[in-house]
Amino acid sequence: MKPAAFEYERARTLAGAVARLATHGSDAKLIAGGQSLVPMMAMRLLRPTLLVDIRELDELKLIRIDADADTVRVGACVRQSEALEHAALGEAVPLLAKALRWVGHVQTRNRGTVGGSVVHADPCAELPLVVRVLDAQLEACAASGSSLIAAREFFTGPLSTALAPEACLAAIHFPRWREGACGCAFEELSIRHGDFAIVAAAAQLALDAGGRCTRVVLGVGGAGPTPLALERAAAGLVGTRLEDAAIDATAEQASRDVEPGDDQHASADYRRDLVRVLSIRVLRAARSEARGQSQPGGA
Amino acid sequence: MGDERHYEICVEVNGVARQARVPARKTLVDLLREDLELTGSHVGCEHGVCGACSVLFDGEPMRACLVFAVQADGHKVTTIEGLCRPDGSMGVLQDSFCESHGLQCGYCTPGMLIAAQGLLQRRPDPSEDEIRDAIGGNLCRCTGYQQIVEAIQLAARRAGAGER
Repeated sequence: MKPAAFEYERARTLAGAVARLATHGSDAKLIAGGQSLVPMMAMRLLRPTLLVDIRELDELKLIRIDADADTVRVGACVRQSEALEHAALGEAVPLLAKALRWVGHVQTRNRGTVGGSVVHADPCAELPLVVRVLDAQLEACAASGSSLIAAREFFTGPLSTALAPEACLAAIHFPRWREGACGCAFEELSIRHGDFAIVAAAAQLALDAGGRCTRVVLGVGGAGPTPLALERAAAGLVGTRLEDAAIDATAEQASRDVEPGDDQHASADYRRDLVRVLSIRVLRAARSEARGQSQPGGA
Repeated sequence: MGDERHYEICVEVNGVARQARVPARKTLVDLLREDLELTGSHVGCEHGVCGACSVLFDGEPMRACLVFAVQADGHKVTTIEGLCRPDGSMGVLQDSFCESHGLQCGYCTPGMLIAAQGLLQRRPDPSEDEIRDAIGGNLCRCTGYQQIVEAIQLAARRAGAGER
């Protein structure tokens, strides 16, 4: 379990890091927290010849929450533990904080970065699911310039993204929901807490003053090659009062809309059923939270 | 492999600046064990699953098999050897593991102690849930974890009573 030989450079600027990627070619890799990359190198699934370390670039460690902005910008190298403990971020993007509790363990969250988990793009991982279900924007930086990629375009397959090999994810722009009565929830089933999920589910929804659902997103991980936003299933809830029957029907639809695979941990049928069960759980929990906010004193 | 490039690094380990010359692929735990002869940190899985290699990196628990030694250049590392008292005797946390039978074979113990130390630095009086969460990334195949939880609770009580 020793990585193959490589050379190492500590980047001083983001511009310098991406310039190095451009000159070295595709067998150079960026490293930040390394909590996904280093195991892959140890197993020699990856053999980069150059690692460019971006972990200490302050420009990638900023969390920007402007009161008037519609998005929150989280630098790619913000550590998972910092994001989890950041009270203002938890308030602005509560789904992110709820998901982060499921990511790895204390030791890996202390080093692993938010951006690192997103670009690793494991279809069972929590942060790619949050990015996808909220349809966040991914800010890519390359020598040729910066661009924004929508999450719906970003995840292209297991461990595969639309990020060009010579580009660096600089930040994630999470949309902020401004409705007064919002709720969100994250749930997963894994063999041990901290493991990758067998299936994970995330939901966020908003209610109007009369308790009708005005907006809802539902997504699952572990049920396909990428994290999935179940838009067709969720659309059926808009305009309802989120009665249990409506949630059950949505969850049924969600389980029909996924095509999970079999592996040693779970059969496709089991995963499909988990999509249904976890969808019910996250939608009900998000509903309770939203009602709690809209009706002080509890629903 | 004779021409593999080596890098000069300086890491503060247990309060002492240590110089080394390492290839980039050498992990931090291999630096500690092989170059610095600090064999208290154990190597279990070498891919970030078992937690036996945990060290405090700039004061926080991390897996030393998932950090390259070159990345530790200019940083501070505390290993299990750094948890003992200045005279070399065991600190309260280590002694509590003995008192509570928080170890059997001992392989996971350094990682458990580091995880517990990281927790107690932040939360001097942790709940049982917080303790179980803090050691959730450390595998023990002997104890069933219960005595480890009790050891950390004992250490918290003793430290709370002023014992050092």
